[in-house]
Amino acid sequence: MSETKTGKKGKTGETETTEATAGAQLQPRRRGLTRRQKRAASRGLQYVVFVAAVAALAVTADWGGLRNQFAQSDLAGQMFPDIITLALKNTVLYTVSGFVFGLVLGMVVALMRLSSVGPYRWAAGIYIEVFRGLPALLIFIFVAVAVPLAFPGTEIPGGTYGKVALGLGLVSAAYMAETIRAGIQAVPKGQMEAARSLGFSHARAMVSIIMPQAFRIVIPPMTNQLVLLFKDSSLVLFLGVTLEERELAKFGRDLASQTANSTPILVAGLCYLLVTVPLGFVVRRLEAKAGEATR
Amino acid sequence: MTTNTETANTETTAGAPEIRVRDLHKSFGDNEVLRGIDLEIRQGEVVCVIGPSGSGKSTLLRCVNLLEEPTQGQVFVGGTEITDPDVDIDAVRRRIGMVFQQFNLFPHLTVTENLTLPQRRVLKRDKAEAARVAAENLQRVGLAEKATAYPSSLSGGQQQRVAIARALAMGPEVMLFDEPTSALDPELVGDVLAVMRMLANDGMTMMVVTHEMTFAREVADRVVFMDGGVIVEEGAPAQVIGAPRHERTRHFLSRLLDPATAEVGETPERMDKAGR
Repeated sequence: MSETKTGKKGKTGETETTEATAGAQLQPRRRGLTRRQKRAASRGLQYVVFVAAVAALAVTADWGGLRNQFAQSDLAGQMFPDIITLALKNTVLYTVSGFVFGLVLGMVVALMRLSSVGPYRWAAGIYIEVFRGLPALLIFIFVAVAVPLAFPGTEIPGGTYGKVALGLGLVSAAYMAETIRAGIQAVPKGQMEAARSLGFSHARAMVSIIMPQAFRIVIPPMTNQLVLLFKDSSLVLFLGVTLEERELAKFGRDLASQTANSTPILVAGLCYLLVTVPLGFVVRRLEAKAGEATR
Repeated sequence: MTTNTETANTETTAGAPEIRVRDLHKSFGDNEVLRGIDLEIRQGEVVCVIGPSGSGKSTLLRCVNLLEEPTQGQVFVGGTEITDPDVDIDAVRRRIGMVFQQFNLFPHLTVTENLTLPQRRVLKRDKAEAARVAAENLQRVGLAEKATAYPSSLSGGQQQRVAIARALAMGPEVMLFDEPTSALDPELVGDVLAVMRMLANDGMTMMVVTHEMTFAREVADRVVFMDGGVIVEEGAPAQVIGAPRHERTRHFLSRLLDPATAEVGETPERMDKAGR
């Protein structure tokens, strides 16, 4: 694999040089364009294509229709303040409860994955593979339907909130476990040795020395996970929730079907972006900071 | 086990042996790194372990506080057999200070916190007591003014001195040094060696794996030369370093003193100590 790659590279490099030397020595002005001019021409062409595409979209789209369907300001106005005080609040609530549950479970699974006891490692490995390999929607349906069937008479505490926390938590725990495991393993081995040689037990060293360092390493990917969860909370749509429990996606869809207009969908979408874009910005800042601080 | 300890105690005559290693073997897979080591270090003695890379000297040191689990043999520290599976190894390690080649300071803590956290978590000292001991030991290694700094802002030599202070703050009976100056720029070696010399003068029992022959010659009570997983020769520094009896020791020392005389392929591959 790597051999073909390097071979290819070498070959292209060769042709380039031969072309360049041939061009320079034998026919310096054959095409009448220097390399810099060629580059400028190529870039100019790309601008032209872009502008043409945007213009084509602008001309062919039915702007009146779109505005009617997606941007009716009075309809959008009706959604306030409920979309914030109810829908966005619920979305945040679902996300945070799912994140907390996933973080706790993920931490346990990560430690199991690193355990010296074989069955713990295998169980954690299977859990991670299964829950990363299944669509989140399927797990939501499973939580809603299969859990009450499997344990008759048990009610998931917290009602819908509990179900959502469980569904989101189960999914995110698998991803978080892998992130946390990688974070723990990124802490140099000497740290554990130093702690042990000072008389820390393995567990205490993990808690006092390794975890705080691993935690710093995983903050950026964890924030990313939070963004993913925030979006996945929309799957509540399929759980059948009361009016009071609706979150952004459900709220937007219900209103859209009531009014036979898509404006609520657009507004709900903007509410998602209101949170995800700043969070994404934070992630990039944290990553840059982590990159700077590498020892 | 008790009978063993008793025999060991009656066997020795002069000065209580602080460290006692008996027929120690250690294998990594098929690779037998230690092939039967017997060694005794008395209280207050400074023993330097020298030898080529891969001779097993670091592994021997790591076996003394059980960072490596010996395959066979016994290790006694202060009369306790630490290789006994029933022994509380965390309790034993509190009595053994260890200094690593790569310092291994906790990068997320300040210098003072590096010293106080182990005292508080492991020895359950209260905050004021831990702070007092930390300040005292930082003073001792000449870094009192770096108390609030983070390790990353210190030079290698300063980091290693903090690492020594961190180990001392636990009040150990024995100090183990695993090539403490090998990762340092040459001009920073002196400060660390000075601290170690001071410790030796204060009567600390020390086992030092090192390539610093001048230090070994001047500070050590005894020098142990290892090669191929066995102790080839041991004795007073003037004898082992000054007038080695064995050809292997002579060969090693001549290469160490004048590396330019080594022939191609003679130097064995350096073992990755930092990675282990």
